[in-house]
Amino acid sequence: MSFDAWLPALIVLSSLLPGVLIFTLREGSHRLRTSLNLGGALLKLLLVGIMIWGVFHEHVYESRWSLAPGLDLVLHADALSVLFVSLSTLLWLVTTVYAIGYLETSPHRSRFFGFFSLCVTATVGLALAGNLFTFVIFYELLTLATYPLVAHRGTPEAIRGARIYLKYTLSGGVLLLFGVIWLQVLAGPIAFVQGGILSDLPAELHPQLGWIFLLMILGLGVKAAIVPLHGWLPQAMVAPAPVSALLHAVAVVKAGAFGIVRVVYDVYGVEFAAELGLLTSLGLAAAVTIVYGSVRALSQDNLKKRLAYSTVSQVSYIALGTAILGPIATIGGVVHLVHQGVMKITLFFAAGNYAETLGIHKVSEMDGVGRRMPGTTLAFSIGALGMIGVPPVAGFVSKWYLGLGAVEAGLASWVLPVLVASSLLNAAYFLPILYRAWFRTSASDWPHEQIPARRLETHGSLLWPPVMTALLALAAGLFAAAPYSPLEWAELIAAREYRQ
Amino acid sequence: MTDSLVWSIALPLSGAILSVLLPRAANGIGLASVLGSLAAALAVIWTVADQGPLTYAIGGWTPGLGIALRADGLSALLLLLSALVAVAASVYATAYFRQAEQRQRFWTLWLLLLSALHALFLAADLFNLYVTLELLGLSAAALTALSGQREALEAALRYLLLGLLGSLAFLAGVALLYTGYGSLDISTLTHRLSPGLTGWSAAALMTSGLLIKTALFPLHFWLPPAHANAPAPVSAILSALVVKAAFYLVLRLWLEPFASLSTPELVQMLGVLGAIAVIWGSWQALQAERLKLLAAYSTLAQIGYLFLFLPLILETSDETLRHAALGGLLLMALTHGLAKSALFLAAGVVQQHAGHDRIAELRGTAQALPATTFTLALAGVALIGLPPSGAFLGKWQLIAGALQAELWWMLGVVLAGSLLAAGYVFRLLGHAFGQARYPARSLSIGRQEIPALGLGLAATLLLGLFSAPVWSLLAGLAPAGGLNP
Amino acid sequence: MILDTQLLYGLVGIFLFSLGLSSAFASSALLRRILAINVAGAGLFLLLIAVAYRGPEINPDPLPHALVLTGIVVAFSATALALALVKRLRETDDD
Repeated sequence: MSFDAWLPALIVLSSLLPGVLIFTLREGSHRLRTSLNLGGALLKLLLVGIMIWGVFHEHVYESRWSLAPGLDLVLHADALSVLFVSLSTLLWLVTTVYAIGYLETSPHRSRFFGFFSLCVTATVGLALAGNLFTFVIFYELLTLATYPLVAHRGTPEAIRGARIYLKYTLSGGVLLLFGVIWLQVLAGPIAFVQGGILSDLPAELHPQLGWIFLLMILGLGVKAAIVPLHGWLPQAMVAPAPVSALLHAVAVVKAGAFGIVRVVYDVYGVEFAAELGLLTSLGLAAAVTIVYGSVRALSQDNLKKRLAYSTVSQVSYIALGTAILGPIATIGGVVHLVHQGVMKITLFFAAGNYAETLGIHKVSEMDGVGRRMPGTTLAFSIGALGMIGVPPVAGFVSKWYLGLGAVEAGLASWVLPVLVASSLLNAAYFLPILYRAWFRTSASDWPHEQIPARRLETHGSLLWPPVMTALLALAAGLFAAAPYSPLEWAELIAAREYRQ
Repeated sequence: MTDSLVWSIALPLSGAILSVLLPRAANGIGLASVLGSLAAALAVIWTVADQGPLTYAIGGWTPGLGIALRADGLSALLLLLSALVAVAASVYATAYFRQAEQRQRFWTLWLLLLSALHALFLAADLFNLYVTLELLGLSAAALTALSGQREALEAALRYLLLGLLGSLAFLAGVALLYTGYGSLDISTLTHRLSPGLTGWSAAALMTSGLLIKTALFPLHFWLPPAHANAPAPVSAILSALVVKAAFYLVLRLWLEPFASLSTPELVQMLGVLGAIAVIWGSWQALQAERLKLLAAYSTLAQIGYLFLFLPLILETSDETLRHAALGGLLLMALTHGLAKSALFLAAGVVQQHAGHDRIAELRGTAQALPATTFTLALAGVALIGLPPSGAFLGKWQLIAGALQAELWWMLGVVLAGSLLAAGYVFRLLGHAFGQARYPARSLSIGRQEIPALGLGLAATLLLGLFSAPVWSLLAGLAPAGGLNP
Repeated sequence: MILDTQLLYGLVGIFLFSLGLSSAFASSALLRRILAINVAGAGLFLLLIAVAYRGPEINPDPLPHALVLTGIVVAFSATALALALVKRLRETDDD
């Protein structure tokens, strides 16, 4: 087989193999574990770089492996998968650096990093999945790989959070599985093809297609945390900060959102889905989630929980963009896949820094933290402003395209109020944090100061990752029109989707 | 290459005899003979894949009086499963038994059981099947009693007596078939058998005898105490292989000689019993307080899944559906064989380490026994039927088949069964992940942990990713409607 | 006449088989159950011998005879194992 047929498989293996090796390492072999982690992440970045170049030059990358009659494991690179793979790979590298610093002294690091690598493997696998069957496999693998990460601390709360997480995700997984098998019985193997493949099916099957759509969206909606399927997400906050960052910014919620995008664009085709009348309910569910998540975030004093409800809200922008027919809304939804990831991971890194350095877990403890930890707080502020949608941070671009798309599709009457309300609510729960951090003076000692301020405000490996991702979020907004920017990829995807 | 059929039976048999004569070398003899029979099983499957079904008449005697052996894709796959599990469990056993006397008894009975099992998979006529069934039942009951504890003795005796009843019913059916059709050769009978009182009574007697042995609901009550009280390697092979041998016979008989007798109602009934077994077994496993009891109840549920496939295989004229479902069935059976033996072997390690196997008190297991906990997780993934296990592909075929055949009730059963299985597996893992004050250990290399881990990996990765040959091996096996014109 | 003898043996065999089977299920005493299973086995062997009979002039069919011989050996060992288990159980009761 040629290199082109191996590249997608190699990208998946580049985190799988280090992960497997890490499991076998002794707790003490810190250096070897770190080199495996970083080596795998850098190698993956290199391979993804080659893939981006190749996809741009119209190379076809496809690895195929037959598992059973009619069931092929297919890894395939297209514009959408490249977008998600690049995001995951980049953020994996950053999160690995962060996690090495964060977990410096805690027990069971081999187990943690092993499952962490498996988690990335599953994410990359579902990003590259070339058909629904492969997607389902990696979707379930992701559930399995993240369970030990949520349960990592082994405390009763962690075990409980992990159990709730599983109840939701496994039930969702079963629904998705039933939907996919049903669809495959009707239409044969379902490869992801831009514009969808179902519009040729006879009209008498259309009601069944509606039910299948419902099953699949319910299954995917659990991970995408669409109300009322979001209950696991705040509970999963018991996980260590790098896990929360990865779970909430990249892997799990994005897997759900990415799945929704795939099903609508590459299985049904957005125009066919609209014709079947499936998009309106999806859009309404997304709109409800956007507002509900923001309202709940307002009343959370625990910083990570506030961020979690914010995630519930923000991820549904992607579903909203998907549910609006028209290329501009598509661009907004798809680009938010990247933008939300970069911004939210920044916020979680910063929250982890406050907890690890000063023992701050609550918003009410953050008075004056900006002076003690300026770098972290600056990164946090950029992320928060982006979430609100303040230009020039990336979040503004997403909201702009979503709003324009709604106008173009004639849905401005209800989408615009949702966007405005959500942005106001975003401001209402983020700005007070920024105000406390920058403008209030700290009342007394920090709750539990563990890392003293020396040259840097905290460990370097904790400080640099949020700063890096904050800069990325800024750059994605400032240079949105530059070649290879997330926006440009999203435009490419939208152009291909609506070409037919 | 037909010799390999004989070797797969003869090696464990001679090992059993040698282990009596040279008790001190029992470990070595045992390992050598199971490795040899694994090589023979590999040769068998290689040849079957290459040249199609194999037959061999022992000593050149013609079938009828002589003993004939036969291997097709179905029996070759199960033979390989058995040889593979046997090797892993044998390596484990070399470290498991601490008393010399117990170890020597174990090896003799163990190798005897293995040769009976292999002979059963390869037998081409009904009387040999009866003999192998009896040998299997006797050696299995004796192995169950190995610990000599009261619960074990009681369970073994009940197991033995019910097994005897089952094989008597089987023998009665064999006698009826010989009276009616004058042959015991399976393929001859397949051509001669036609619907009628003799055929139906024989089928009823033989099938109900086998249902006792495979522990299908409501004939399952003997299984949990027997499997939960036997020594770990014995439980592994009882749950993974011995009950499956009886199921194999049900499948073989209804695919071949009884194919012309099958009616939709009958097959549907077997499917419904399987469905009840899935729900009942999983529910009991969820309630179980001990790890080995959990594993035993989960076996009841898994046997139920195998019966759930029967309506898709025996009552369909769609050749593609039938072939897909047969492959799915085999894959479920193979995955369960590997996963359940992994689970029991791991449970044995947990029991030896903690001194008990009460699930609620297993906190800290993940810290103290990481490799074994990982094995439990792998086995659990396979039992739930999550990817990348072979059972995922099996369940996929089951669901797809049920949708195609419009058997909607089956979807509910698979849904409930999978969620219940997830419930009992993750209840166990939740306790195992609980923090306790054990000294943390990295992966421990043990003669007990490694074989269990290997089986767990085989159930998930090997069968999940490399199982396409299963379908090609089963191609052409017993076309729809039996071989009768 | 020939037919009657064969039929008689066959029917007695079936009767013994059913008797043994029902009593094996009905009784709870271990020894009784072991005996009942043996009775059922004997009935079955009788039936097989009746099947083999082909009249006074002709040699009987050897195959069922071979089956019965094997069956007797198996039944013997099974009974021995069952009795040994019962004995061990009694011993644990005495302790």
